[in-house]
Amino acid sequence: MVVLLSVPVLLGLLMLQTVVFRNVLLLSGTADIVLLVLVAWALHERTRGVWQVALIAGFMVGLVSALPFYIPMVAYLLIVVAARRLQAHIWQTPVLAMFFITVVGSFGYNALSLIALQLSGTWLGWDEGLAQVILPAALLNLLLSLPVYALVFDFANWVFPVEAD
Amino acid sequence: MSSAFSRYLQAAVVLLVLVGVLALALSGYLNTVIKVALDPLVGAQRWFSSRYMSFYEFLTVPRDVATLRQRNQELEGEISRLQTRVIELEQQLREAQVLYALLNFARTRPESTYIAASVIGRDPSPFLQYVIIDHGSDDGLRRGMPVVTEQGLVGRVDAVIAGAARVQLISDAASVVNVRLQSAQVDAVLSGSVTGDLTIEMIPQEVVIQPGDLVLTSGLGGSYPLDIVVGRVTSVRKFETDLFQTASVQPAVDFTSLRAVLVIVNFRPVDVAPLQPSR
Repeated sequence: MVVLLSVPVLLGLLMLQTVVFRNVLLLSGTADIVLLVLVAWALHERTRGVWQVALIAGFMVGLVSALPFYIPMVAYLLIVVAARRLQAHIWQTPVLAMFFITVVGSFGYNALSLIALQLSGTWLGWDEGLAQVILPAALLNLLLSLPVYALVFDFANWVFPVEAD
Repeated sequence: MSSAFSRYLQAAVVLLVLVGVLALALSGYLNTVIKVALDPLVGAQRWFSSRYMSFYEFLTVPRDVATLRQRNQELEGEISRLQTRVIELEQQLREAQVLYALLNFARTRPESTYIAASVIGRDPSPFLQYVIIDHGSDDGLRRGMPVVTEQGLVGRVDAVIAGAARVQLISDAASVVNVRLQSAQVDAVLSGSVTGDLTIEMIPQEVVIQPGDLVLTSGLGGSYPLDIVVGRVTSVRKFETDLFQTASVQPAVDFTSLRAVLVIVNFRPVDVAPLQPSR
């Protein structure tokens, strides 16, 4: 049920990403609202269907983007796995976990994209990619991580309320 | 007898006095007297009237305030509606201006058949310079078709679904366009970058190029039609140790504010891959 309900939400997020956040540039880097929501969703202790949601999100982004379609799926899945692992170990400080996973996930996702594009024959320099895209994108994601975390956690608390003993 | 005569005499005197006063009043001789006599009365009347009106307003104002508030709300609602309408009309006007400019461009190139499309999104990845347009294979769009605006070359259709298409901009890092420098009449290769900057490479060293030189498509390779404006040279990098010189190009199209484009649907790109020697 949660997975089914996530489809329209992810579609909305993808629209937001392609129309709004893709046009907010820091150098050439942009924030990734889908990634931020997935991380915050995965860090909430009571959410379910996280892997499936990440796969659906990756599939959708892969369809829209000119990146090799498997890159968003693999990247989002790895990020969600990392977030779940971290949540299990550092469950008392989810905000710090959100910051950490956001930076590492953003860096990893964009690095993976860069490698995939290089392998597909596009000439992209690491220096330029790092300075113009990867680091600015990580910074933008970090700036947005706190409000997204607050919104998603409120939403998750509403969807998965604490069960009375 | 004498008392009856006396009463008639008194009545006659009173009548005469009245007639006399009336005659004086009608002839204007009593104006000053009348004014002096009536002024206090008029003042008193004015005072009484103003007090009455104040009292009347005091009684009726609460009803009026409620009416005015309601009317004010209606008018504010009307203003909001009209402001929304103005914004909608301004938006339509901007779209009409863009479409009119595109139409003018299409008229200057009657040999091509165009389909106008709106830009509805961008590629989610910051490494890629692609836009998504709202027309697809149902409208006759195919992969490889060139995309232009009235200002110049935009890119080409990269992927198509029924109702939408993805367009690779010439500023994309994977984009390569065969171009010609108009002033020097020399062919070269224009490529994009991760930052969206355009660079012309493979310009022979002996060619003299200047900032401001116009860059057009050369038509070589069969990917784009001939003589579409690409941009202007902004700077030249020339080193004697290199085989070729390079130049930076300012694109004619502002890709950040791209709203509508024209797809050239009667241009079929030529696939020259089979003709290229195998490595």
